[in-house]
Amino acid sequence: MSWVWSNLDLIWDRTLDHVVLSVPPIVLALLLSVPLGALANRYRVSRGVILSAAGLLYAIPSLPLLIVIPAVVGTSARSPVTLIIALTLYGIALMVRVVADGLASVDPDVRQSASAVGSSAWQSFWHVELPLSGPVLLAGLRVVAVSTVSLATIGAVIGVKSLGSLFTDGLQRGIQAEVLSGIVMTVLLAVILDALIVAAGHALMPWSRTPLPVRSRNGAPGGAEA
Amino acid sequence: MIEFRSVTKRFPDGTLAVEDFNLVMPSRKTTVLVGSSGSGKTTLLRMINRMVDPTGGVVEIDGTDVASVEPVKLRRSIGYVMQNSGLLPHRKVVDNVATVPLLSRVPRKKARADALALLDVVGLDRALANRYPSQLSGGQQQRVGVARGLAVNPNILLMDEPFGAVDPIVRAELQRELIRLQRDLDKTVVFVTHDIEEAFLLADQVVILKHGGRIAQVGAPAEILAHPADDFVASFVGADRGRRALHVENHGGGDILVDSEGRLAGVLAAASASEAKAGPVSGPGASAQGQDPR
Ligand SMILES: Nc1ncnc2c1ncn2[C@@H]1O[C@H](COP(=O)(O)OP(=O)(O)O)[C@@H](O)[C@H]1O
Ligand SMILES: [Mg+2]
Repeated sequence: MSWVWSNLDLIWDRTLDHVVLSVPPIVLALLLSVPLGALANRYRVSRGVILSAAGLLYAIPSLPLLIVIPAVVGTSARSPVTLIIALTLYGIALMVRVVADGLASVDPDVRQSASAVGSSAWQSFWHVELPLSGPVLLAGLRVVAVSTVSLATIGAVIGVKSLGSLFTDGLQRGIQAEVLSGIVMTVLLAVILDALIVAAGHALMPWSRTPLPVRSRNGAPGGAEA
Repeated sequence: MIEFRSVTKRFPDGTLAVEDFNLVMPSRKTTVLVGSSGSGKTTLLRMINRMVDPTGGVVEIDGTDVASVEPVKLRRSIGYVMQNSGLLPHRKVVDNVATVPLLSRVPRKKARADALALLDVVGLDRALANRYPSQLSGGQQQRVGVARGLAVNPNILLMDEPFGAVDPIVRAELQRELIRLQRDLDKTVVFVTHDIEEAFLLADQVVILKHGGRIAQVGAPAEILAHPADDFVASFVGADRGRRALHVENHGGGDILVDSEGRLAGVLAAASASEAKAGPVSGPGASAQGQDPR
């Protein structure tokens, strides 16, 4: 434990590095998955292509991906940007399907009534379909967040500083406390991000946790009971 | 006035939902399309606001071919109320009612104030304004649906089985409210139902449909009851089964009306204007019990 007390600064710095590596991919994955998922939900062909591509993407092991990205994008192999791009791609791979499924789950009656009263397709998407798929999106985003935080530790292998550096360094130098603090902080960070996402979801979707109506006969005639 | 001229709709999968349909729906009157499920009622209704485009013929509103009006603009000028209300579950009641004004960029404050006033019109307590639809009963949700349909003060109100999913007692109440509303607001209402009692109760003009949107008979409720065009109509309105053939029986000095199967239909009272409209049967059992004549 004495290692921890004398290295609090180091642990804190690696934790901040880890936040900087994992939060942007979570946000980017969400933002980019919305148009892709919407396109997947729109046509049968685009659905097949986009969802298969996402499935394949997720199957690519991370090390080769981290080598390919610099070659394609022109970033340096050891740059945090390379890792952020890789993590964003994995996030999209998970999230696109969630967005497509979420949009497909919207009650057709509600969609139809939105169009019946004169919502344009654009308005219906932003004001009706996307908000109503919110609970599904939220569930998917939680998985993406936890998986991104855990995947970001791979940075240590290519020399990008993160909480993963505490495992590799601790293993090399035989400092168990260092390995352990890396693991604990990674889990803690995942839990905190998850809680933040849930809280944001509750704030943005008050309607999704309203209690079900009390099924009572007297509730039925609107004005009469009032 | 809404006019259908030789309107045909064949869906891409080949289903011929409506064939050569001709009808005039007079302004400021309630036209009820009644027919069994699959007879093309919804398709006909949706051709008025271009949710469905006909594959043949024209639909005109006051002489303008609806095909020449941009769909989104057309729909915002026509009220639409559907079964299961179709309310947005993530919007509060007041915002649901204000949906269309907000889409048309009416300032938020005014849209909400107007929406609250509309809650009064449809008989809902303003205290419900800040609830979500899932916190309302089915009957209350339908009232909100009607309020939303009225929000742009449309000349035309389309209603697709709006009371089909609520229990008979609430339905009877909603029907009475609609009659009251129509007396005050004087809209051109096109109402779809499969319930002939509901059709007779609400309609100025009843259109009885067979499969493929073919018209079996058009007329005022009393005309149809008095002179069913054919056996199909007679059976549809229940005349052939004796439910409409009433006779007076005297019980202990009081006259009651009984149908030919012995069911009590009501009592004999002096005719009033509203009873005349509803047709000869205006006993309490006629629609409140929600009995289906078919
Ligand atoms: N989008 C559609 N594609 C194919 N067939 C349809 C579609 N909508 C309705 N139909 C068919 O058209 C016929 C009339 O349907 P509809 O107008 O909904 O009848 P109703 O409202 O009287 O029950 C039915 O046979 C129905 O299956
Ligand atoms: Mg229908």
